[in-house]
This record gives sequence, structure tokens and C-alpha cells, in this order.
Amino acid sequence: MIKDYIKIPWKEIRRRKVRSWLTLIGIFIGIATIVSLITLGQGLENAIEGQFSALGKDKLFITPKGGTFGGLGSSEVLTDDDLDVIRSTSGVKRAAGMGYTTGRYEFNDIVRYNFVAGIPLHPEERALIGEAQTWHIGKGRSIERGDKYKVLLGYEYTQTTQFEKALDLGGKIDINGIEFKIVGFLEKIGSPPDDKSGFIPLDTYAEIYDKENELGYIIAQTDLGEETGKIAEEIKKDLRKKRDVDEGEEDFVVETPEQLAATFAIILDIVQIVLIGIAGISLFVGGVGIMNTMYTSVLERTKEIGVMKALGAKNSHVMALFLVESGIYGFGGGLIGAIIGIGFAKLVEAIFLIAVGPAFLLIEIDWILVLGTLLFSFIVGCLSGIAPARRASKLHPVDSLRYE
Amino acid sequence: MKPLIELKDVWKTYYLGENVLDVLKGVNVTIDKGEFVVIIGPSGSGKSTLMNQVGVLDIPTSGTIFLEDKDISTLEESELAQLRGKKIGFVFQQFNLIPTLTALENVILPSIFQNTPEVVRLKRAKSLLTKVGLGDRMDHKPTELSGGQQQRVAIARALINDPDIILADEPTGNLDSKAGEQVMEMLAELHTKEKKTIILVTHDTNLVGYSEKTIRIKDGLIVSISGGRSSHKNGKK
Repeated sequence: MIKDYIKIPWKEIRRRKVRSWLTLIGIFIGIATIVSLITLGQGLENAIEGQFSALGKDKLFITPKGGTFGGLGSSEVLTDDDLDVIRSTSGVKRAAGMGYTTGRYEFNDIVRYNFVAGIPLHPEERALIGEAQTWHIGKGRSIERGDKYKVLLGYEYTQTTQFEKALDLGGKIDINGIEFKIVGFLEKIGSPPDDKSGFIPLDTYAEIYDKENELGYIIAQTDLGEETGKIAEEIKKDLRKKRDVDEGEEDFVVETPEQLAATFAIILDIVQIVLIGIAGISLFVGGVGIMNTMYTSVLERTKEIGVMKALGAKNSHVMALFLVESGIYGFGGGLIGAIIGIGFAKLVEAIFLIAVGPAFLLIEIDWILVLGTLLFSFIVGCLSGIAPARRASKLHPVDSLRYE
Repeated sequence: MKPLIELKDVWKTYYLGENVLDVLKGVNVTIDKGEFVVIIGPSGSGKSTLMNQVGVLDIPTSGTIFLEDKDISTLEESELAQLRGKKIGFVFQQFNLIPTLTALENVILPSIFQNTPEVVRLKRAKSLLTKVGLGDRMDHKPTELSGGQQQRVAIARALINDPDIILADEPTGNLDSKAGEQVMEMLAELHTKEKKTIILVTHDTNLVGYSEKTIRIKDGLIVSISGGRSSHKNGKK
């Protein structure tokens, strides 16, 4: 029975191909926008959370202003002198600086763009960074003093995900055209960008990427019991003096991991809400489009409705046929919209991966979102169809049979 | 024997602004089970309105209509629909097939509204289409069929729920004489072989020859009834 109440409206929709497509466009643009925005927003949040959760609570995070996490894209840089200033700030137990950039990894004739980190070789500094990032050596060893073209690789390289073949201890990998010997692998961290990173000595990093005396970021650890917020202010004061800038005009940022994560999340949420609101308007317009199509359809099929009633269709039968029709518009628009939306998000992820690096977007297909969207768009379709369907069902058989 | 359909002093009045238009002015008609009745009259005579009352498509402004002892003038729209679907098969002048559906699907349509099981209705629809000579055209859309073929599909559709009454409104009006003759033969056969009650509404006096009973209507009044098994008269205002 249900099959018939889908089949008849479906044939009706297919009869008016152009109009049906136009109606669908109205819906799927709205749905695609909403799905891609939510997916992209979620992807950004995933990436940010992955980054910050790795850092401990007693850590402070100093980056050049205007730079994103890792100091990418900033015109300002932090130097070894800045690091010394931070080290000598009271309340700071220890500090370490490192560089981060996107490197070109080549192995097994496959090229991957993942992060390359230049890390200090001093055991204590290395340990601080390792601690802040929750690193544990899985196999082999870390990079040590005296290493030059040696690399410590993230967990993913022990898998076949990157180069179709797992890499081996003592093996070679090409990074930006230079051959590195693999000395160790990390255990899984759980944040994919970190798990795909490679770690090389800071000096080697500076040489390859021409970043002499340039630090992407500095991690400071506070003394036990100190409040990170207070120490952050101290560091700011000292750095202002050293870099000769006034308060409020700092060309650097000192933040705790929580602050950073929260700032990102708030901005992201606001942007998302605004954009989804706009997409919601377009979905509303799409719903009006369905209503318009359905009213036209009722008018055009007045005689058919009369025929069906003469053949024994009750008001409820006619109502069901029209509601299903508008529901199909909603559901179909939702389906196409969800596919386009996710496809678009994946495309943006791919562009980000090439243009910026792997840490910024982690798109995961959220099936609850997809199912929710389909249900929602189906409901939008049905709601838009209620008034036209009711009109159709209330048509008088005699009048509608006479309608030409 | 109780009549199958009985109209008692049926009035149908339309209110068009300030004009009051009496289209049926107290009509009394009885139709017995198994009769072949022709309702004939010029256009504007009220024959279509009369057909609508007989076909349970509409209820009278006043008066009563009995269908097998059941007073239908008091029924709700959904009950009327149910009754129409089960008791009456319609054949229209313009065939009125649903253009998106194939011949087979068109024939099946009324049985969907009666919740007939799929296997049963499919088998019946196929056998009906074969019987009207369209066994090889089941998957054709109405636009791929000639007028005569479409009307035969419509006849098969009218029969799907095995109704007692076939109500045909100018069934030959849009057909050439050969196709029209075929359709009339088919209706006559349904009458003689399957004992269906056939009610034919027309202005074509040539079709009177098929009927057992002829009801002539003019200006909302029955002017004469000839043949048939029961008596009848017009109401008085």
C-alpha cells in the first residue's frame, strides 16, 4: 500500500522534470550549505581539539602575533633571544622553542605533505616538548645530540596509510629533497596531524627551510603551584620590554591552551551560527518553492483529483498522495544537498591540506548529521505541502471533474 | 424486488450570487439491478447533475437517494468515496486516465483506494485488460494509446472493484463511430453476460437502441420514461 502512495507521486514528479529540478535546487542549496558548514566547523573544531588536548595544564604557549598555531603565516617571528627572556621570567620552570612547517615527504614514489617539526636536541627541552605533546617513543629512539639528517616519525608511518608500505627503523625517507635516516617512531598520540608529523633536529630544520633563529612557537612550563594566567602576564611584560613594544601593541601572543581552544571555539561558533542562519533562510525559501510547486500542481491536476475521487479516493487518500509528493521534494533535496555538502567539505579539506597543512581540518562524516538533515528536509517538504495537499483533498469531485 | 437506486423528490439548487438556479426540480427515478438505462437530454437539461446524484458524486439539496436501501444523502464525503469506489464504475467522455500511469496502473488505481491486496488486484487488472483486448498494451501510457483503446482501459478500470453499476457519461462522445460502436458493444456485453447495471448518460439518440429503459430529462424534470420494469414520475413543486 505504502509503495503505491510513493509510486504515484514519484511518477508525477518525474512528469515535470524541469520544474521538479528547479524545486529541488531551492532545497538542496540550503541543505548543502548547512551540511558543509556544520561539517567544516566540526572539522575545524576536531583539529583544534586534537592540538590542544595534547598540551598540559601548566604549559604556556607563546606565538608570534597574527600567526596561527605553529606560527604559520605570520610575518613576525620569535627568536632565541625571546626564548632566553622567557626562561629568565620568574615563575617559569623551563622553556623550549621549536619550529613547525609543512614538509614534503617522499617515499615509495608517493608524495605526502605533513608537518615537519624542528625540535631542540637538549634533553630537557626535548623532554618538555615531548611532555607537552604527550609523546612516547614507540620504537627506536628520539633524536639526540649529534644527529643531523635523522628523523623521528609519527605513528602513522608505521602503518600503510601514508606510503602504502610501512617504514622501517633504520630506513630512509626523503624530506624536501634530503634523505633522512629513520631513528625512531612515536606511539600513537591520537591527533592525526601529530601522528603524521616528522621530527628533525632544530638546526637541520633551520637549514632546510631557511629559518635561522626563527621559532614557530615557544612552550613554557610554570613552576609547581604557579597560576598560568599570572605567569603569562609576567612573560608578556618581559617580552614587551625586550621587543620594545607598548602594552596593547604586542607583536606576540601568550596564551594558555584552554584560552586558545576557547577563543577558537567561540569564534568558530559565532561564524557558524551566522552562516547557518543565512543557510536557514535559503532553506525557508526552498520550502516556499515546494509550496508554490505544489499549489501549481494541485491546480493543474484538479481534474485528475476529481477522477481519483470518482474512482473512490477519500480526502485522506488525496491528501496522502500530495503530502508524499512534497515530502519527496524535501527528502530528495536533502539527499542531494547532503551529498554536495559533504563533497564540498571534503574538497575544502583537500585544498587546505595542500595549501596550509594537515592540522587545520579533520573532516569526518557525521552520519547523525546526515540522517538528521534528511529527516529535517523531509519534514520541511511535508510542512510546505500541507496547505496545498489540504486544498487538493477538499476539492469537490463534481467541480473538479468539470475543471478544464 | 427493491430497486437498486431510488431517487425520491430530488432537488439540486445552485446559488450563483443572487441567482437561484434549480437544476433538478424534484426528480423521482428508480433503477433496478441489472437494468440498462439511458438518461438522455439536451445540454443544460440537468442530465449531468442527475448523473452526479446517481453516481454518488454529489448529494442533493433536498430529497433522498437510496442505494440498496442505504440513504446516501446523509453520508460523509469519505463514506461516499468508499461507496463510489466499491459500487460504481465510472466511464467518462474524455476517458480521464491518469497520464503518468501505464494502462495497467490506471486499471489498478481504484483498487488501491479499496486496499485490495496487491496480488489479487494485479491478477484481476491483467485479466480485465486482456478481456478488453489490450493484453499487449498493458505497459503503454495513455498518450501511446488511441482514443478507443483509452476508453477500453477506462472500462477495465471501471470494472476492477467488480461494481454493480457502470456509469458511463457520453462514453462515445470523443470516439469515431467504429471505436464508439466497440465501446457500446462492450457495455452491452457487460449487461447481458455479467448482469451489470449500466447507466448511460448521453444526448445521442442513436444510443437509445441499446437500452431497456430510457429516461428523458429536460429543464430539470423527467419528461418521459419508457421501457423498464418499474414506474416513475416527476415530483411536484
